[in-house]
Amino acid sequence: MDRTKVLAMLTVLGLALVPVAAWAFDEPFWIDLFARVAIFAIAALSLDLILGFAGLVSFGHAIYMGLGAYTVGILSYHGITAGLVHFPAAIVVSALAALMIGAISLRTSGVFFIMITLAFGQMGYFLAISINAYGGDDGLSINRQSDFGSLLRLDDLHVFYYLVIVILAALLWLGFRLVNSRFGLLLQAIRFNERRMNALGFPTFRYKLAAFVISGAVCGLAGALLANLTLFVSPSLMHWFRSGELLVMVIAGGMATLVGPVLGAIIYLMLEHVLAGLTVHWPAVLGAILLLIVLFGKQGLAGILLARKKVKEAKPHG
Amino acid sequence: MSAGTVLLVEQSLNGLQFGIMLFLMAAGLTLVFGVMNVVNLAHGSLYMVGAYLCASVFAASGSFLLGVSTGIAGATLVGILFEVTVFRRIYDGDHLDHVLATFGLTLICNEVVRMIWGPTALFAAVPQGLAGQVQLMPGLSYPAYRLAIIVVGLMVAGLLYVLVNRTRLGMVIRASASNRTMAAALGVNDVVLYTIVFGLGAALAGLSGLMAAPVFAVTPGMGDNVLILSFVVVVIGGIGSVRGAFLAALLIGFVDTFGRAFLRPLLASLFAGNVADNAAPAMASLLIYALMAVVLFFRPQGLFPPRTR
Repeated sequence: MDRTKVLAMLTVLGLALVPVAAWAFDEPFWIDLFARVAIFAIAALSLDLILGFAGLVSFGHAIYMGLGAYTVGILSYHGITAGLVHFPAAIVVSALAALMIGAISLRTSGVFFIMITLAFGQMGYFLAISINAYGGDDGLSINRQSDFGSLLRLDDLHVFYYLVIVILAALLWLGFRLVNSRFGLLLQAIRFNERRMNALGFPTFRYKLAAFVISGAVCGLAGALLANLTLFVSPSLMHWFRSGELLVMVIAGGMATLVGPVLGAIIYLMLEHVLAGLTVHWPAVLGAILLLIVLFGKQGLAGILLARKKVKEAKPHG
Repeated sequence: MSAGTVLLVEQSLNGLQFGIMLFLMAAGLTLVFGVMNVVNLAHGSLYMVGAYLCASVFAASGSFLLGVSTGIAGATLVGILFEVTVFRRIYDGDHLDHVLATFGLTLICNEVVRMIWGPTALFAAVPQGLAGQVQLMPGLSYPAYRLAIIVVGLMVAGLLYVLVNRTRLGMVIRASASNRTMAAALGVNDVVLYTIVFGLGAALAGLSGLMAAPVFAVTPGMGDNVLILSFVVVVIGGIGSVRGAFLAALLIGFVDTFGRAFLRPLLASLFAGNVADNAAPAMASLLIYALMAVVLFFRPQGLFPPRTR
């Protein structure tokens, strides 16, 4: 078992122990905070799949989270509360959106791709603002959590928390399987040299699109979970600031490690929590930290933790 | 003169005015990208700096000219500060570095503005000489300030064309955009050139912002939405092409303005009930992105890609 997987296991274990610590220190708020952390970890993980492994810088990833959350919100608004409808619908909606956005933006690459995904992300934001039937700018409140019957009561925060952790662990496991599968290796090869992969006869566009759709679907799942945690959805979920945050989580944690984004989500949201308590101008501090990361060290926390094993990689040419 | 024609002319002028402001933003972005190969998310911050400085200096001193010069000079200085402190270190990095670093700069700028001027919108006055309406034709009077934006914008676009195509500096800019290593080898001082190009882009963004100030709200983060629309413009026009940015900016300006003005009455005439009221705002906000998607589907390199690359 390699060090990355050990780190992933330790991270999940640590997250699983949060409710115990919350009980021991009598800080019930921690469960709520870390449920949020774990949900954003899932979203960041989904971004790492295309950013780290396929080299696709998507600056509009928050749209899938927003779509997943809005799917739950809108279904609930129309009186459909079944969790077995909510979650599949959220995943399908965001996967379809990723299919359409990906099919167009993957025709381009590099900086075009960044700008286009950013623009599509903002499109989702402005769309949500302009639909007054579902709250428009004010957002939409959800009456209660997705209904899974008495088997799985999501309104119990402990149950919900462990559901999120189980999903995160499952996705990490699937993620490790995926990136080391033939499909994952092809993605990484495309990142290093797409032209060569094309010349070898691989339809690289399809592989990238498939990865993009998987990533969007997982991010939509994170959105559905977030809607269940906050019981409120608003356009700000899809603001480009959110997409930037997801990128920062992946970079701060360490790209192309899968566990890195999880660590990144923990660091970022903890930092945000602490800074927001100190000053209303916390985004400025985050911005400064971000600048320092870019200027002085980009391997991320996972990169530092895993440094001993780090193999010197050739720089991909995009 | 029928009411329909008046409305059409009025909305065309609105579209032209919006397009020109987008062009001033997009021109800076596309120049910076063309020469330095850098994506600058902080371009919206320069727009914001221009707007805030102009509005507050004008309010304090009563001189619009002083406000305008402070706005442009301030945006240029902040832009040069960005270039010297941050961009110089990341030119060699990949696009992800650029995106993250400039995202960080944007966060910092928005907060600094919020610290200095507070979180609420700042009132930006229209200068007295331009406060009235101009009678363009029978039945149509149009705000003089908006006409001034169109005139100034077209003049700047013309100057920019001359600068890029007819001067020595423009020649060097084009040479660097075409092959910066070769240009540097032939004796172009690329360090100074990059700072000049960045400052030029910043000045254009500042001008765009300060002209927009009385028309739109002056708030922290005001540049972000314009920035993303400018990206759409740059992508549609072809990255690195000033001419493409100009045509695409006008296209986006018209499509967006017409969508917001005419979609609702159009839908109302086609469908019964409140379909129009519900669908029109959503469709109008999607229109330019749909346009972008269509353009990219048929021409991924944009409508007018620069010939040099």
